[in-house]
Amino acid sequence: MAGSETARALSSVRVRRLIVEQSKRAHVGHIGSALSIADILVALFSGTVDPEVDVFILSKGHAALAQYCVLTELGLMSHETLDTYCGDDSQLGVHPDHTLPGITFSTGSLGHGPSLGAGVALAKRIVGNPGRVFVLMSDAELNEGSVWEAVMFAGHHKLDNLTVILDNNGQQALAPTVDVIDLSGVDRLVQTLGWESRRVDGHDVDELTTALEVNTPGKPLFVIADTLAGKGVSFMERQVKWHYLPVDDAQFEQAMGEIG
Amino acid sequence: MRKQFVSTLIDIANHDERVVLLTADLGFMVLEPFAERHADRFFNVGVAEANMMSLAAGMAHEGMIPFCYSIATFASMRGYEQFRNGAVLHQLPVRIVGIGGGFAYGTAGPTHHALEDIALMRVQPGVAIVAPADDGQVDRALRDHYARPVPMYLRLAKETASHPELDGRFRWGRLEVIGDGDIAIVAIGSMTGVALEVRRQLQAEGIQTAVAVAASIAPAPADDLVALLSSKSACITIEDHRPVGGLGSLVAETIADHGMGVRLVRCGVTDPTGETTGSEEFLRRRNGLDVAGLMAAVRQIGLVPA
Repeated sequence: MAGSETARALSSVRVRRLIVEQSKRAHVGHIGSALSIADILVALFSGTVDPEVDVFILSKGHAALAQYCVLTELGLMSHETLDTYCGDDSQLGVHPDHTLPGITFSTGSLGHGPSLGAGVALAKRIVGNPGRVFVLMSDAELNEGSVWEAVMFAGHHKLDNLTVILDNNGQQALAPTVDVIDLSGVDRLVQTLGWESRRVDGHDVDELTTALEVNTPGKPLFVIADTLAGKGVSFMERQVKWHYLPVDDAQFEQAMGEIG
Repeated sequence: MRKQFVSTLIDIANHDERVVLLTADLGFMVLEPFAERHADRFFNVGVAEANMMSLAAGMAHEGMIPFCYSIATFASMRGYEQFRNGAVLHQLPVRIVGIGGGFAYGTAGPTHHALEDIALMRVQPGVAIVAPADDGQVDRALRDHYARPVPMYLRLAKETASHPELDGRFRWGRLEVIGDGDIAIVAIGSMTGVALEVRRQLQAEGIQTAVAVAASIAPAPADDLVALLSSKSACITIEDHRPVGGLGSLVAETIADHGMGVRLVRCGVTDPTGETTGSEEFLRRRNGLDVAGLMAAVRQIGLVPA
């Protein structure tokens, strides 16, 4: 695989360390959401996504810090730029901006990614452009009606160049997702609507990579990645409050120690 | 006007493979010719306007020029945030085609009356707003500007219309002015017929007026407005839209921005919500948006005999 060298270069540990460092420096939250997708991004950007022809959309824009850290690790963003995260006059806000190299669409309002991705995938098919479209979304985004409009559309139109990865960390802003809208049966829902689906450990890069290689002609792919919000930092895991809170000095030391 | 749209779009699509037509399940007896001629570039996305707007942004990102067709209310509002964060934020050539601006869907009731669509589109930066007065302007505007690299809102009437005075003229960011006089009537595309009839009737009384057709709402025809109003005593705007945020506001802002002293009267839809419904003709009349209503507004200014 073209990305095998990158695979060695891109490390979940280093990405997590950068996430916690930047979050501490900028005194900004959304750490839990960013840590949740670190391994998914590592799997995607270790050779699965071909930047020449593929399109990646971070539908859960509030976890953009994780993407900035991956871009930095890949050498596509400088550390100086990363250090502007959430500063004044910076392009690096909490949510990603399409004017940055490596970011195709600005996101931040939930539930837009699957529709944007379906549009790109449909256009690629009409025009005959190569490449796949990857959309990474949160489980809370499943609450948005537009997500289901897109899921129905992509299934009906057999957009097999479209892959949605669900960061299934079981938490949303105010409560566990199962207590807000229980969508634990999302596998069956998407299958009914014409999708191929896989459920994997969202912190196992090999398992993720294998699932992302699934190619079923005539069916878009829905990968349910079971994850832990705050993965890698014991006091953040499964804690709703770490959707918003920044870390203090003692928490920072403990977090960095645990990540390794 | 919608049939002219489809006819012109088919012709454009014959020569430009980037053009694709999406509809949110509307356009019965209108869109079929496009669907037949360009089956591979026609998609009924279902009753899902929000998805349609983001699909279009995604397609435009890949180099296509998507037209998103629905009734003006749904087209402009149901996927508004998707349009804002998609086509507008990324400045992509997505075209919203809103059918039946104003009271065109009269008896369908208030859910189908597009009375604030222009206001919504005007506040979005970089969005072009085109509201043609007749089929000739639809054809000209589309042929000359369909490929511009900006998002666009096209506000179309349902029925066919033709104003020989315009002779199909449409220019980006410009007014089309017919006649001259001490009073200017500035009309949005769909109210052009009323304005021209009032001009004819006043002319019969020996009173000259200028009728300015504002089919290019955005980019705003600011320079033309300043030039027009600098020699006028009064200006009357007429639009089948709320008086806030639309043509009347645009002219008021232009007058204020340029420190002009011209008297302005804004005619628009003043019905409160919860009013009874009826035909387009009835609803226009009730809001003073017919010939008698506009004539009364002109006479109230006091520059012409009552």
